[in-house]
Amino acid sequence: MRITRTLALVIAFALMASSAFASTLEDVTKRGYLKCGTHIENPGFSALDSSGNRIGFDVDFCRAVGAATDVDVKYTPLTSKERLPALQSGEIDLLSRTTTQTMSRDTNLGLDFTVVTLYDGQGLMIRKELGITKASDLDGATICLQTGSTTELNVADYFRKHNMKFKPVVFDKQPDVRKAYDTGRCDVHTTDVSGLAAQRSLMKNPEEHIILPELISKEPLAPVVRHGDNQWGDIVRWTIWLTMAAEEKGITSENVEKMAKESKDPEVQRMLGATGTLWQDLGLDKDAPVRIIKLVGNYGDIFDRNLGPKTPLRLDRGYNNQWNNGGLIYAPPFR
Amino acid sequence: MSQHAHEHARVPFWRNPQIRAWIYQCIMLGGLLWVAFTMYQNTLANLEKRGIGSGFGFLQNEAGFNIGETAPIPVLQGGFLWFLVALIFGLFASRAIAVWLKKQDKTITSNDKTVFAVIALVGIIPVLVLYIGSDSISFTRYTEASSYITALMTGFANTIKVTILGCIFSTILGLIIALGRLSPNWLISKLCSWYVELNRNLPVLLQLFFWYFIVLQQLPSVRQSIDIGGWFILNNRGLYLPAPVAQSGAWPFCLAIGAAFIGIYFIFRRSVRLLNECGTPGKILLPSLALLIGLPALVWLVAGAPFTLDYPVLKGFNYRGGIDLTPEFTALLVGLTVYVSAFNAEIIRSGIQAVSNGQREAARALALKERHVMRLVILPQAMRIIVPPMTSEYLAIAKNSSLAVAIGYPDFVSVGGTILNQSGQAVEIVGIWMGVYLSISLVISLGMNWYNAKIKLVER
Repeated sequence: MRITRTLALVIAFALMASSAFASTLEDVTKRGYLKCGTHIENPGFSALDSSGNRIGFDVDFCRAVGAATDVDVKYTPLTSKERLPALQSGEIDLLSRTTTQTMSRDTNLGLDFTVVTLYDGQGLMIRKELGITKASDLDGATICLQTGSTTELNVADYFRKHNMKFKPVVFDKQPDVRKAYDTGRCDVHTTDVSGLAAQRSLMKNPEEHIILPELISKEPLAPVVRHGDNQWGDIVRWTIWLTMAAEEKGITSENVEKMAKESKDPEVQRMLGATGTLWQDLGLDKDAPVRIIKLVGNYGDIFDRNLGPKTPLRLDRGYNNQWNNGGLIYAPPFR
Repeated sequence: MSQHAHEHARVPFWRNPQIRAWIYQCIMLGGLLWVAFTMYQNTLANLEKRGIGSGFGFLQNEAGFNIGETAPIPVLQGGFLWFLVALIFGLFASRAIAVWLKKQDKTITSNDKTVFAVIALVGIIPVLVLYIGSDSISFTRYTEASSYITALMTGFANTIKVTILGCIFSTILGLIIALGRLSPNWLISKLCSWYVELNRNLPVLLQLFFWYFIVLQQLPSVRQSIDIGGWFILNNRGLYLPAPVAQSGAWPFCLAIGAAFIGIYFIFRRSVRLLNECGTPGKILLPSLALLIGLPALVWLVAGAPFTLDYPVLKGFNYRGGIDLTPEFTALLVGLTVYVSAFNAEIIRSGIQAVSNGQREAARALALKERHVMRLVILPQAMRIIVPPMTSEYLAIAKNSSLAVAIGYPDFVSVGGTILNQSGQAVEIVGIWMGVYLSISLVISLGMNWYNAKIKLVER
């Protein structure tokens, strides 16, 4: 099954010439497309639409980086177990797959986290009919969850901390977790709140399930690059910050070209490449920012389009609002 | 003579086919070693370059995650260690006795004293050691605070559990299906051959999904459980039965049962001896039953009740206490058993049919009963054909058990996968996976080869 893939990655480590990966930017431009790792099927983050195009929150950041480097994007769907080895071995250039930034991943695994695109937290979903309103009533529950993520440790830590017991049933793939929970094998389904909302939208009767108010962990989700290629890391970072700053400045995909020509705000001029050499210094061309915003819009657009109240996921901005609006989204200055 | 040798010496060594063959082999071996070494070096260099830590030190770290099914794992110290030492010593000593007897041209079964010695060496002494050291035997059960090693061992125990049970059940079921196919009854024969064709031709992963998501999830929910007097509780979270809890009398009770079985063995031997010497077999059933019931009952009276029962009770979300059989384990065991039993049935059927019909007719001509024809004449000959291909079916069970991860059973691969993701040590974990599955397979092959050698045709 999927083990073959992990195996292949391990063998890739053994066979790869040590001199590969000179510069990811060079590789991507020469190749003509960006290899981006995403979810296989997680509505709102990465899923296929009715015409077979991959759409979603994570996918939009892949497209933004593709626009920055002026290449197409090819997606590699990955399970949570495969995602880190796939990036480590060079099978993909960028991992945009609801990956939680943790210290050990940042240090021991040879990875670099770029910018947090979504401040999430692990939640617990349960049937309404059980009449449970808080997580501390869950002693003795059976919990369905997916292997290979921080989820397993968070839920174990939470129950240990509160001196409660639970029985885990661990699956390899998110759809199997959903099926098992939906048929009543488990009392609780747990993953990040955004993911729970996505999974709930796919259940037989979505309105029968509630997400408990407590968050049992902090899950800052960020796209990941390999450690050691600082230029590539900077490109991804400033591409994401550009979408955030664009929201702050009121730049959208419709008005970006006009703003680039007519805006009197010196920061907008620098940000969109009209003045200065910010984007050339990064190794890109001066049209890169306009291409990015024109393709994916600003951060607020990306959120509303994929996760917002008008989508099946119905998520509020919450922590993911701009800093001057009570949230944590904060882009450094473009100067 | 000397001229001949002279001619021989004149042939240059690279023309000598034997030496040439050796040189080729050496070059090949050198090449392989070089490739292996380069791969090793390259892996280390690549890991180093990407700043990924390597080595097995991480296995001592705290695991932190929970595992759904945990088995008690004996800690290798104190009484358990001495038990292992005694057992291994007993096995080696028995082997030495067997070799010595073979040199003397005697067979083991003809010598009562050696049989007793072997039983003592392999059975009684280790059990006595276990009994004497029973205070110092400790078992550990996996918790979140345990190390990665304990997590791996728990996963390994789960894999072994399903493998052993799968091998036993698939053999029994296979034998029944094979006999069914050979039955003169048209309906039974057809049903069995449909069973074989259906199960042999569907992918095993599909069958596991079928049992897990379709069959077992149809069971009622916890609150609507099927409950028979608190003894037998069935719902879609599993099957719950009362569990025996060992009391002070448990040890003597188990010893009494062991002793009863040894006694029954001697009753059988006596029966066979009487059959050979006097023509009438000695009584088996009554003395055996008396021994099996009487001895433990006597010990029960003397030493007190060996067990009390712990009943499963509905508390909060689930039943607690008792023994529970999870749907994941059941689906995996049933799926593997049914799948492999179809292959086993065909192997056993072909083995039985390969014994020439003359053997059967000859046995009947000797007025043997029908079951004796099968047990004494046909099966011993069929076994020689059956055993080698059965080995690969047993290997298939061990290897296919790794599909457990698809239906949520915490087997070795599933637990290893979690560790891989938590620790990020992909190379090490994949190495452990390969090493362990290779070892399981080699042990199965070794056992089956030994059995095959034992039953093969002895040529005189």
